[in-house]
Amino acid sequence: MNGFLAILQRDLRLALRQGADSVMVVAFFIVTTTLFPFGVGPEVNILARIASGVIWVSALLAAMLSLERVFQTDYEDGTLELLTTSPVSLELLILGKVLAHWLTTGLPLIIAAPLMAVMLNMDQDGFATLMIAMLLGTPALSLIGAIGAALILGARRGGVLVSLLVLPLYIPVLIFGAGAVEAALLGISAIAQLQIMGAILLLTLAAAPFATSHAVRQAME
Amino acid sequence: MADFSGSDLTCLRGERLVFGGLSFSAKSGDAVMLRGRNGAGKSSLLRLMAGLLTPRSGMLCWNGENISDDRTAHHARTHYLGHQDAIKPVLTVRDNLRLWGQLRGVRDLDATIDRALHALQIHHLARVTGRYLSSGQKRRTALARILIGQSDLWLLDEPTVGLDRESCAELAQLIKDFRARGGIVIYSTHIDLDVEKPTVLDLDEFAIPMVEWLAEQDDIEDLVHGGKDAISSQEAAQ
Repeated sequence: MNGFLAILQRDLRLALRQGADSVMVVAFFIVTTTLFPFGVGPEVNILARIASGVIWVSALLAAMLSLERVFQTDYEDGTLELLTTSPVSLELLILGKVLAHWLTTGLPLIIAAPLMAVMLNMDQDGFATLMIAMLLGTPALSLIGAIGAALILGARRGGVLVSLLVLPLYIPVLIFGAGAVEAALLGISAIAQLQIMGAILLLTLAAAPFATSHAVRQAME
Repeated sequence: MADFSGSDLTCLRGERLVFGGLSFSAKSGDAVMLRGRNGAGKSSLLRLMAGLLTPRSGMLCWNGENISDDRTAHHARTHYLGHQDAIKPVLTVRDNLRLWGQLRGVRDLDATIDRALHALQIHHLARVTGRYLSSGQKRRTALARILIGQSDLWLLDEPTVGLDRESCAELAQLIKDFRARGGIVIYSTHIDLDVEKPTVLDLDEFAIPMVEWLAEQDDIEDLVHGGKDAISSQEAAQ
């Protein structure tokens, strides 16, 4: 457990010193969401209709933007090699890194999401569900993304490759995340969708650290 | 009394056979110096020993037990120093070292880091961030890491790169102290490090041509024979 906290603390400290990453992710999220009213037109009804989908798609893209950095710098400066040979299990260390990634990118997105919902004229009945759905969905995005980020270690043009690997895996989160908000807007219960999102989160929480650590070990060979 | 040994190790990287049939043995207090031309497999051997690579054949044993049976225990007793220094440019020297102590569960971490910094004579740099260190200072910080936390085995891959003459002497002294405490040091270097009576392991002796190695492999032999049989039976049919 100490190792988990140690790596979490270090990654948060690094993020704080370097700063730019979280700001960039949120800025990207806001800019992409803002593009839609320009493209679709200022028709209020249409915007309200597509709001939940637009917010989710922008959030997926923004979360993906920072993935390449999760392991890349540690890989390049030799830190990952030392983490692999440390007495703490690699799975636990990866979980710590993923949590740090979520705290610095996923959490700011959740905070920015209602703002974007207001801009797109989403009915306020959907706000609470949107935030709960993002609270369940964004950690799953970080966990799935970590697998992709580890798989591209050592590859050239990793950034493009990681999106090709990871985006298809994000689809279930997108479907049920947007679906939950739709249900809330229609006035029906969104429990079913949220439960499935919870299940996705638990599944990725159990499987992703092992898949990621295998990919990291592979990259060390 | 600890005993670290490897028997009949073969290392295959990509499609290249780096070395084959390599055996060694080291006991507490021993130092093993790896020698060989570039590409002879010094780094590969050290990475095998650190558990970063798995041998194609053969095994590595600590006190008679295969290291791949309990990797956590092997990692806990081993300090590996690779080519890279693993120093974060935005963190201070002390913060850079802190993580490695925490991962090894070192109690009284600050005092341990202080001792390590004094031993490498970089205590005055404790609060300097990584980006302002010279390459020699970075290397010394990386060396300080192996003094943090209990260990029985040091695997040093070219530890002298970037070090000046005085630092090399300090490193030799650290190695001497570690051996006196019963540690095993295995290192590769191109310059003469003043280490007392090291066992020399010349990797050039274990370079064998791929063709010879392939001929020794039973499964491949079967394949070849199987192929020949198939061809001869075809000929017979014709």
